[in-house]
Amino acid sequence: MNPPDLPILEVQDLTIALPSGGDRATAVQHVSFSVGRGEILCLVGESGSGKSVIAQGVMGLLPKSLPLTGGRIVLQGEDITAASPARLRELRATRMSMIFQEPMTALNPVMTCGDQIDEVLRQHTGLGAAERRAKVLDIVREVLLPEPERMVASYPHQLSGGQRQRIMIAMALVLDPVLLIADEPTTALDVTTQAQILKLVLELQRRHGTGVLFITHDFGVVAEIAHRVAVLRLGDLVEIGARDEVLRRPRHDYTRMLIGAVPTLRTDQRPVDHAAPVALRVQNLAKTYDERSWFGKRRVVPAAADVSFEIRRGQTLGIVGESGSGKSTVARCVVRLIDPSAGSIRLGSDEIAELPRGHLRPLRRRVQIVFQDPYRSLNPRRTVGEAMIEGPMNFGMAREAALTRAEDLLRLVRMPPASMQRYPHQFSGGQRQRICIARALMVEPEVLVADEAVSALDVSVQAQVLEVLEEIRKRLQVAMLFITHDLRVASQVCDLLAVMSQGRVVEYGPAHEVFGAPQHAYTRALFAAAPGRDFAFGH
Amino acid sequence: MLPTNFEALSVEAASVQRQASAWQRVRDNTSVRIGAAVLAVLVAIALAAPWLGTVDPSLFDPASRDLKPLASGEITTLEGETLAHRFLMGSDSFGRDIYSRVIYGTRVSLLVGVCTALVALSIGVLFGLVSGFLRKVDAVLMRVMDGLMAIPAILIAIALVAMWKGSLLTVIVAIAIPEIPRVTRLVRSMVLTIREEPYVEAAVSLGTPQALILWRHVLPNTVAPLIVQGTFICASGILTEAILSFLGVGLPPDIPTWGNVMAEGRAQFNDHPHNIFFPGIFLAVTVLAVNILGDGLRDTLDPKMARRT
Repeated sequence: MNPPDLPILEVQDLTIALPSGGDRATAVQHVSFSVGRGEILCLVGESGSGKSVIAQGVMGLLPKSLPLTGGRIVLQGEDITAASPARLRELRATRMSMIFQEPMTALNPVMTCGDQIDEVLRQHTGLGAAERRAKVLDIVREVLLPEPERMVASYPHQLSGGQRQRIMIAMALVLDPVLLIADEPTTALDVTTQAQILKLVLELQRRHGTGVLFITHDFGVVAEIAHRVAVLRLGDLVEIGARDEVLRRPRHDYTRMLIGAVPTLRTDQRPVDHAAPVALRVQNLAKTYDERSWFGKRRVVPAAADVSFEIRRGQTLGIVGESGSGKSTVARCVVRLIDPSAGSIRLGSDEIAELPRGHLRPLRRRVQIVFQDPYRSLNPRRTVGEAMIEGPMNFGMAREAALTRAEDLLRLVRMPPASMQRYPHQFSGGQRQRICIARALMVEPEVLVADEAVSALDVSVQAQVLEVLEEIRKRLQVAMLFITHDLRVASQVCDLLAVMSQGRVVEYGPAHEVFGAPQHAYTRALFAAAPGRDFAFGH
Repeated sequence: MLPTNFEALSVEAASVQRQASAWQRVRDNTSVRIGAAVLAVLVAIALAAPWLGTVDPSLFDPASRDLKPLASGEITTLEGETLAHRFLMGSDSFGRDIYSRVIYGTRVSLLVGVCTALVALSIGVLFGLVSGFLRKVDAVLMRVMDGLMAIPAILIAIALVAMWKGSLLTVIVAIAIPEIPRVTRLVRSMVLTIREEPYVEAAVSLGTPQALILWRHVLPNTVAPLIVQGTFICASGILTEAILSFLGVGLPPDIPTWGNVMAEGRAQFNDHPHNIFFPGIFLAVTVLAVNILGDGLRDTLDPKMARRT
C-alpha cells in the first residue's frame, strides 16, 4: 500500500503552541522530518525540548492546551491534522501505535494482559474469539515472553518492569502498524532489561519493516538503535542526519555540547593517595526488613547483606547496581536515616552503626547526603538561605557566621550568593541540586553521600553538577560515596567501585581495574548492557 | 572539553519556573472573590447591626404579634416607652421584630462558624502531628478518633450541650469536637507523606531536633489544605448551630440566632412562612459563600486535592 521509497511519516513545518504565560510561545516550531519504511529515527533532546509533544501530535493526542498552529503531519499520504477523531481512532493501532515510558501506568491494572491485547483486536478486527486468542498468544511469543499462557492470564502487577514493557510492545504491534512511536520506552528500566528491550525492538522492527520514531534523552540508546538522529533544542530541530554523521561529526554547537557532556566509559587509572586517612569504613553491614502481617506471619526481607568497603579522604567510592540491588539501603544506613540490622559503620574512629539517635546527633554533621530528586530535596516554604544555615546553626554556629559561610559555599557550587533570598521553586533542577550540595557542605562533613544525585538531571546539567562534585572532592578533600545506576557516570567520577547485586557486593576494587577487567559474571553482564559502549563520547 | 562558564548555558536558565505567587493566584480566583465579597458584606452587617434600623432583638410588644413583612406597628422598650416601628420582615408570635433578630443572628452564626473552625483545627493539628510522628500514640489516638467518627456528629453535639447547658462557648466546643477526627486524619496523612520527603531526611541528617523538624518543615507544608478544610468546617459549624437551635438544644431561645428564629416560626409555618423564610435565606447565603470561598481556595492553594475531588 506504500511505495517503498516514499516515507511512512512526514512531518512538515510543524508548529505547536504553548499556553500563554509560559517560558516560550511554542512547544515546537517549524519542525520537519520524515520516517521511512523500516527506519528508526531517534528524536533526542533534553527536558523541555518538545520531543514528547511531537509524539503526541503525530498520534493526534495533543491536549486542547497545546493546539497545532501550523504544518502538516502526513501518514502514508494522508494528512492526519485534518482527520476526524473517528478516523484518528482507526489509524491508531492499525497504522500507528505507541509505547510509553512507564508500562505500569500505561496498562490497566484491573485487566489481564491478555484481555488488554485482545481488546485491540476486538476493536479493530472482525476476528472470532478463537482466532483472536491464537493471535494474542502469537504476538506474546514474538515479544519473547516466557510461558505465554501464564503471561496472558496475568495482571500487570504480577509482571516485572521489562515483562510489562514487552506486553506494551505486543499490544502496539499486534495489528502490524507501519509506524511505531516509542516515547522513552526504556528510561524506567534497568540497564540489562533496557538492553533486552532495545534488542527486541530492533528485531521486530526489522522483521516487520516498521518505521520507528524513537524518543530518548540518552545518547547511549541513540548509538545503539538509531538509523538517523534528529536533535531538538527548545522546540527547534537543530540537526538531523545519519547516526554516525551526527554522533561522530556533529555540525551544530548544541549537538556537540550534548555529546561532549555524555560521560565517557573510561578505564584509565587516577592517582590515588593510599596514605590518606580512612574516613569511612563499613564492615559486614546488613539490613533486613521484618514484614509482619496481621496474623503474626513473619517474613524477613534482606535488603543488604555482608557489605564491606572503605573510603579514604579525598576518594570517591562508587556503588553501582540495578534497582533493588540494595545500593540505596547502604547509603541510607551510612547516613543513619535507617538503622542497620548488623555490622559496623566507622566514621573516622567513631562507631555509629548502633549508636542510639540521641547520641548520634552530634556526629550527624560528619556525614551528609544529597538525594536524587532536586525538586523534593528543599522545603518549598523556606528560602535557600534558611535551608543553608539550618545545619550549622543546629551545631551552635552564629547566624552571621553561617550566612557568610553560605555565601562562600554557594560561590563554590557556582551559584550567585543573591540566591539566598529566593525560594526553591525559582530555580531549575540542576541549580537546586547544586544548592543541595552546598547545603550538605555547610556542616563541613567528612563523608558526602550522593544517592543517585545526578540521575534526574539532563545530560548537560549532569555534567555541570559532576564537575562541581569533582572540584569539591579535590578542594575540600571529602570522601565521597557515590551511588548510581549509570556506569558512564560511575566510570567518570569514581576511584573505587563496588558492584552490588541482590543486596551483596559482587565485585569491589579500584575503578580502572573493575572497568578494565571485570571478574564477576554479573559485572560483565552489566557492562555489556551499557548502551552505546562502542561509541567514544565526551570529546 | 566542557563549557566551564555556567551562565553561558542558557538551557537551564530558560527552564526556571516562573510561578505567580500563591497569594496572587488566590486573589485572581473568581470563586474566592465572590465568596469573600459576600462574607465581607455579612461581617459588615454583623458589626453594624445596631445602626441598621434595628431595635433590641429581645424587645417584644403584645400589640404587634404576628405582623406581615413591611407592616407598621409599635414596640415597647425596656423603659416602657412605646416606639413606632416598621417590621421589615414581620414579627413573631411574641411580637418581636424578626428583622432585628435575623440581623443580630448574623453575629452568632459567624462567630460560631469561625470559632468552631479554629478550635477544631488547632486541636486536630496537634493530634495529627503527634499521631503522625509518634507510632505508639498513633495506634491509641486513631482508634479514639475512629470511635468518635462512628457516632453521628449532631448526636454528640446534642449530648454535649445537654450535659453542659447551652451557652455560646459550650455550643462552639460541642460542634467542634465531632470535627476534630477529620482534621486529625487529614493532618496525620499529610505528616506521613511529608516525613518521607527528602528535605525532611536532609534536616534529620543535618541534626535538626525532631520538634523543630515538625515546626519548621512539616507544619508549614500542611497549611494550605488546612485553610481549605477550615472553610468547610466553618460552613458546617454554622449549619450545625442552626440545627441545634432549631431543635431547641442549642443557645437559649432568647438569644437571637437564625435557628431560634426558625424554631419559633415553625408552629406558624402555614400562616406566616416568612418567619422561617428570612433566616433561612441568610443561612443558605452564608453557608454558600463560605463553601464557594473554600472551593476557590482549594483550587488555588491545593491543586492536587482539587483534581482528586
